[in-house]
Amino acid sequence: MMQAPDLPTWAAIIVGLLVLGGAIITLVGAFGLIRLKTFYARVHATTLGATAGMAAILLGSMLCFSITQGRPVVHEILIALFVTLTTPVTLILLARAAIYRDRSEKLPQLPTRSEPERAE
Amino acid sequence: MRRLVPYPLLALALFAMWTLLTGFSPGHILLGALVALIVSRSMLSLKPEPPRVRVGWAMVRLAGIVLVDIVRSNIAVGKIILFNPPHRHSDFIELPTELRSPYALAVLALIITATPGSLWVQHDANRHVILIHILDLVDEAEWVRQIRQRYERLLMEIFE
Amino acid sequence: MNALFLALVITAAQIVLGLAMGCAAFRMLRGPRAQDRVLGLDTLYLTGMLLLLTYGIQTGRTLYFEAALVIALLGFVGTVALGKFLMRGEVIE
Repeated sequence: MMQAPDLPTWAAIIVGLLVLGGAIITLVGAFGLIRLKTFYARVHATTLGATAGMAAILLGSMLCFSITQGRPVVHEILIALFVTLTTPVTLILLARAAIYRDRSEKLPQLPTRSEPERAE
Repeated sequence: MRRLVPYPLLALALFAMWTLLTGFSPGHILLGALVALIVSRSMLSLKPEPPRVRVGWAMVRLAGIVLVDIVRSNIAVGKIILFNPPHRHSDFIELPTELRSPYALAVLALIITATPGSLWVQHDANRHVILIHILDLVDEAEWVRQIRQRYERLLMEIFE
Repeated sequence: MNALFLALVITAAQIVLGLAMGCAAFRMLRGPRAQDRVLGLDTLYLTGMLLLLTYGIQTGRTLYFEAALVIALLGFVGTVALGKFLMRGEVIE
């Protein structure tokens, strides 16, 4: 499937750089899932694709559609807003679930100083 | 007006989302306005505590700082993943906070988690202490100072 | 000429995103503990959404955009449900 919209040269270069750059940042983040050793470290890796990778690809998409349709297309902002609002929520929830499970199993490398049991 | 549109910001956001998703035609603008009016009324039954937000330059400055920090920490975490420095030490830190408004705490949680390299884990509402996991921890006091200086002060300005 | 250049670059980006999905799938299948698997699934969802967006750029259709929005929504709800399940052992209390 080798096709692409016909953009002017400057736009083609910018869109290409944004999309490829975003994809590479996302790959680095996903690679961190394999590379990093502990669960809490891996959570940081996911954020890479969810912030910079997503922003770069969405910017590229916005620029591309704005040029091909001849008017500013901004509905990608919806995805950007949605992802930036929801990814932290899921990650915080996962981290809390993980720390709860680790505490109940008395694993090492946990914060020993604080034991805020169920603050909600 | 208050009774007709109890949450004007929510209604406006719903309307904007509807028009962005469907395109601008008179019919859809009418339908979107209707949906925004009816759906935003459903928040009435939840009775959320009304947020006190001061709109001003503090918001713009906070957004700018967060943007710069996200880019910087993306580069830092990317380096850690790719080159895997041998003496990296990651641990939990405790941040005593002065923020009390739940909205300010929610925004702080979003900011801290959205920046790669730091992860909000838990907020102890009794002791007012936040548990944060840091990927590359060098100096705990430095992190606490940074977060208080960069985010907490501005959040206090906006929400309290 | 420009179209060919952009087509090549976008195809390369799709291959890179595919590799990223492979990494996430590896963590989902191997992950020593349940929370690692859920984290892998969340990353898989996110990367799949980005892949759909690149298809949207390639074909010039906004159809893919809506699919990406739905995937983002489902990924969020799914991960929240799984996280809650890990914490409490049930989803709806």
